[in-house]
Amino acid sequence: MLLECENLSFHYGRIQALHDVSVCVDEGELVALVGANGAGKTTLLNAISGIEKLSAGLVRFSGDDITNASSHARVRRGIVQVPEGRQMFGPMSVEDNLMLGAYTRPKEEGGETLEHVLELFPMLRDRRREAAGNLSGGQQQMLVMSRALMAKPKILLLDEPSMGLAPKLVDGVFGIIDRLRADGVTIFLVEQNAYLALAIAERAYVLEAGQVVLQGSGQELIDNEKVKQAYLGL
Amino acid sequence: MADFLQFLFSGITVGATYALVGLGFAIIYNASHVINFAQGEFVMLGGMSAVFLMHLGLPLPAVIPLAVVATMAVGVALEKLAIEPARNASVVTLIIITIGASIFLRGSAEVIWGRSFHSMAPFTGSEPIDIGGAALLPQSLWVLGGTIVAVVALKWFFGRTRTGKAMQASAFNPYAARLVGIDQRFILMLSFALSGLFGAVAGILIAPISLTYSGVGVMLGLKGFCAAILGGMGNPFGAIMGGLLLGISEAMTAGYISSAYKDAVAFLIILLVLFFLPSGLFGKRRTERV
Repeated sequence: MLLECENLSFHYGRIQALHDVSVCVDEGELVALVGANGAGKTTLLNAISGIEKLSAGLVRFSGDDITNASSHARVRRGIVQVPEGRQMFGPMSVEDNLMLGAYTRPKEEGGETLEHVLELFPMLRDRRREAAGNLSGGQQQMLVMSRALMAKPKILLLDEPSMGLAPKLVDGVFGIIDRLRADGVTIFLVEQNAYLALAIAERAYVLEAGQVVLQGSGQELIDNEKVKQAYLGL
Repeated sequence: MADFLQFLFSGITVGATYALVGLGFAIIYNASHVINFAQGEFVMLGGMSAVFLMHLGLPLPAVIPLAVVATMAVGVALEKLAIEPARNASVVTLIIITIGASIFLRGSAEVIWGRSFHSMAPFTGSEPIDIGGAALLPQSLWVLGGTIVAVVALKWFFGRTRTGKAMQASAFNPYAARLVGIDQRFILMLSFALSGLFGAVAGILIAPISLTYSGVGVMLGLKGFCAAILGGMGNPFGAIMGGLLLGISEAMTAGYISSAYKDAVAFLIILLVLFFLPSGLFGKRRTERV
């Protein structure tokens, strides 16, 4: 297993946001995590990224225990998150934003990866000198995604990539996820839009009130009666 | 006219010092939202250690870098020993820690160097230059030149180096900065080193003009704080403008009204800014789009 989370618990003050959550992602897999707003999805990703400190549990990456590793050490190992909500460096140029994505890598490698990433997101090339904050919402989502790719992730943690995007842009984003998967990038995808996520995932987990309540292959979960009722609106 | 020029020269000289101190406030504020009230002590340490090293007989070109490095080391020590252990405390707590640190640093300086005033020889002569009937001290040119070099260097650091950009990025969005793998503890340490650097430079440059003593940092620190507020907290280049504006208004008030009101100007300005323009003259522009 590339990423193993065992019995993760997390508290915001006295409120427990994660209860014994165990998830794992194997190399090359696309695993989805679906759940309603407030189920703890982002908290789980932030715990994996080392932003939030767990109250209990174990996180292993490529077999190494990284439970107490700092967030920057995890990025260095290849655990890279694409956060929700267009978290970029607004006043800085698009190119600076991208190059900061390669912060943990040797300086000379950045330029090469930049070319590769700009091929994947051609519209960023035209606007590379502009302030990131001037991009449209969809472009900002693309920027944050491509910034994560600049780090050459071993596993990409995607937080709600479809959030707030027009349907056409959502197709674009999922097209890119498909392409990354084809390139062999391991992906852990968190989505509220359950159908989209389950349709492309090999395996998936359903998170409810901080607990994993269901897991299985993407198709199994799409066919599951409970999932149909609660998340697919069928 | 000669009077006006005279006041302008002294205003710019003092203002440049405020600007450097304000810069230090802005840098630490950006990295942590902490207002470092020990900033003025960095100025004092820079000036006092320069005087001390001169007394040891070292030449000026050796004194300046040594005094700057010593002050930067104190800045880093302050961050490592006082701020970092309390990292999870609230910002207000951290600010109070910096006030405590400033009292400690001032006290230590008194123990080491005594409470008397010290003078330092000007870098290059004390013969004033006559410009339009006003006298300009050569040291004033050093202050101005030193400030310009410091600002250009900072601009280059922020705009051209990866570490500088990482520091900027951490100020704009600390969460995203952590997600790209920027070590926030390193950035915080660097911010204390940098503001130690700017404080020390200010202290060394101004020491030959205004005498230096263990308490010199109190007022300079507050003035630098006003400069940072006036320019817009967290905007390094606003702090520079704020410092110059403040210095000039002070000098004009002292010249045309009375030097008794000189210090009041700074605090009047800060009150007016806080009432009418809370984000300062060059406060953070927001360029977020949803």
